[in-house]
Amino acid sequence: MKLRHLILKEVWQRPTPMLTSLIAVTLGVMALVAIQNITIYSEDRINSDMESLGANVLVMPPEVTLQDYYAADLHGRTMPEEYVTRLALAQLPGVQNLAPKLCVETTVNSREVTLTGILPKNEFQKKSAWQGLGMLTNAVGSDRGCCATPATLDADNSPESLAHTRTIQELGERELILGSDVAAQLNAKVGKKLTLFDEKFNVIAVLPATGTIDDSRMFAHLHSVQDLSGAGPVVNVIEIMACCDDAAGDLISDLSAELPETRVITIAQVVETQVAVNGLMSRLSWVFFAILLLVAAASIASVMYANVTERRKEIGTLMALGATRGFVTSLFLGKALLLGIMGGIGGFIAGTILAIVLGPSLLGIQVSPIPQLFLIGILSATAVALAASYLPARRAAGLDPCLVFNDA
Amino acid sequence: MYQLESVSQTYVRRGNTVHALDNCSLTIPENDFVAIVGPSGSGKTTLLSVLGGMLSPTSGNVELDGVSLYGLSLEERASLRNRRIGFVFQTFNLVPWLTARENVQIPMMLSKVPAKEQQERALELLERVGLADRTDHRPAELSQGQQQRVALARTLANNPEIILADEPTGNLDPETRKQAMNFLREFHEDGRTIVMVTHDKETASYAQRSIQLVNGVPQELAHRNAA
Repeated sequence: MKLRHLILKEVWQRPTPMLTSLIAVTLGVMALVAIQNITIYSEDRINSDMESLGANVLVMPPEVTLQDYYAADLHGRTMPEEYVTRLALAQLPGVQNLAPKLCVETTVNSREVTLTGILPKNEFQKKSAWQGLGMLTNAVGSDRGCCATPATLDADNSPESLAHTRTIQELGERELILGSDVAAQLNAKVGKKLTLFDEKFNVIAVLPATGTIDDSRMFAHLHSVQDLSGAGPVVNVIEIMACCDDAAGDLISDLSAELPETRVITIAQVVETQVAVNGLMSRLSWVFFAILLLVAAASIASVMYANVTERRKEIGTLMALGATRGFVTSLFLGKALLLGIMGGIGGFIAGTILAIVLGPSLLGIQVSPIPQLFLIGILSATAVALAASYLPARRAAGLDPCLVFNDA
Repeated sequence: MYQLESVSQTYVRRGNTVHALDNCSLTIPENDFVAIVGPSGSGKTTLLSVLGGMLSPTSGNVELDGVSLYGLSLEERASLRNRRIGFVFQTFNLVPWLTARENVQIPMMLSKVPAKEQQERALELLERVGLADRTDHRPAELSQGQQQRVALARTLANNPEIILADEPTGNLDPETRKQAMNFLREFHEDGRTIVMVTHDKETASYAQRSIQLVNGVPQELAHRNAA
């Protein structure tokens, strides 16, 4: 028999007094785990939504006003392509991807179409090789660790990825990607040759329908569009994909400082609102956690004091038989440790189940267990249980062993 | 073994000073069996607490085998009790949620005896007090006499040299009282020193000698042998 046997046996034989405290600790951890879990997955969802939106910051010539997010490159104003390089070299925290665009009108098979020049990502890598820099070999900015979740831009390098990420890994000078509507109008399929500006272009992909203006566009290499249209090294817009937190924070001022000659526009209201809601939920979860753990601490202290009073004779007997003050303290703190661990585990399981159930129904998000919350829950619950039991344990250790005698 | 020199213990209760022990000098040699008798409030339990190293006297010196008991630290006295002193209580003081065997194991657990050895020794001791068939019973499932026998087995767990007994028969009927006292006599015959506090003259008669405490002052009584 050892100390832990004595603790476990007492809790097992007389569980009722500890139940209230256990429930309070469990509820505290459960509130934290459930709300944090939903918040974290909600942030992931926002990031994912932003990613599917393609960009959440636009850099445009100063005289342009934004009427339509998806038509931000149709204003006819231009700015130097060199700005893209400046932004890339600035390595601003929060910038995950840069997508410069130039739109020109042209005709194909007697039909007027909008041709959009885009810069594939391998162009950034070429630039870094020319300049002996390693900073652009990864996705732009993604190596800065600014986002809560890493960007997944490189996961899909197919031309179709343009439909949802608005970027593409590689694009040849005479290659063409068609939006779904324009492909249907021209009856064009992959492998077909189309003539633009008297040059033959090979259709390498037809994008799936997105429900946006992109469906009626053709996409070619930015430098080909610049050369063939005679526009020179300019772009209409630089779309920037940025982390939500940064887009709502310092990034815009950083971008404005880097490119004072431009106008920087963000869908800040959306981003800020979503980030604020998440922040509020996160803070609320800590408030609930703190309140419930305080209640738990009060309950534990009260139950422990009662336990010490109830077990005075038993403690005195143990001391008469040779138990030291340290042993008696350990007896009560051991019980508190058990309570904290049980509350932490119970709270994590209950909180995770609650999040898994409520996540899809309240916010339409899928939630999975988060191991870090297990650690936070169990450590906090244990610390609170130990702190609340410390004084009762000291009181037990300070009992007069003479109380074991008959008339003491 | 025990040497008490001018030991006094005073309490202040409701503004009045009570002399539980008053300049008490006493010698208890090795393998003695002494009964401390006296009316309630005469200081019997205080004397037992002082002998057990649990109550530091207001003045005077208490020596055990030449070592000042209260010159030791709290931890050292706890360790000494665990190794050298066994206690028998009037209300048995068994831990209610432990079995008879586990109750007997407590002193061995405190002295960190390996679990297997604890179990073997506990079973052996329970067998000695006639409770081999009650080892897994909790105190509430045992009679008063059986509970006191479990407590007696627990007393012997670490094979102590000294047994301090506080009214060991106070809660027992005449038959079980006799049984308990026969066990204590056996323990004395094993070579142990026994100091027993009792109200009961018949119980006291099992001792080799009796000391009466009157207002905290010990007086040796004429010896009367047990039946």
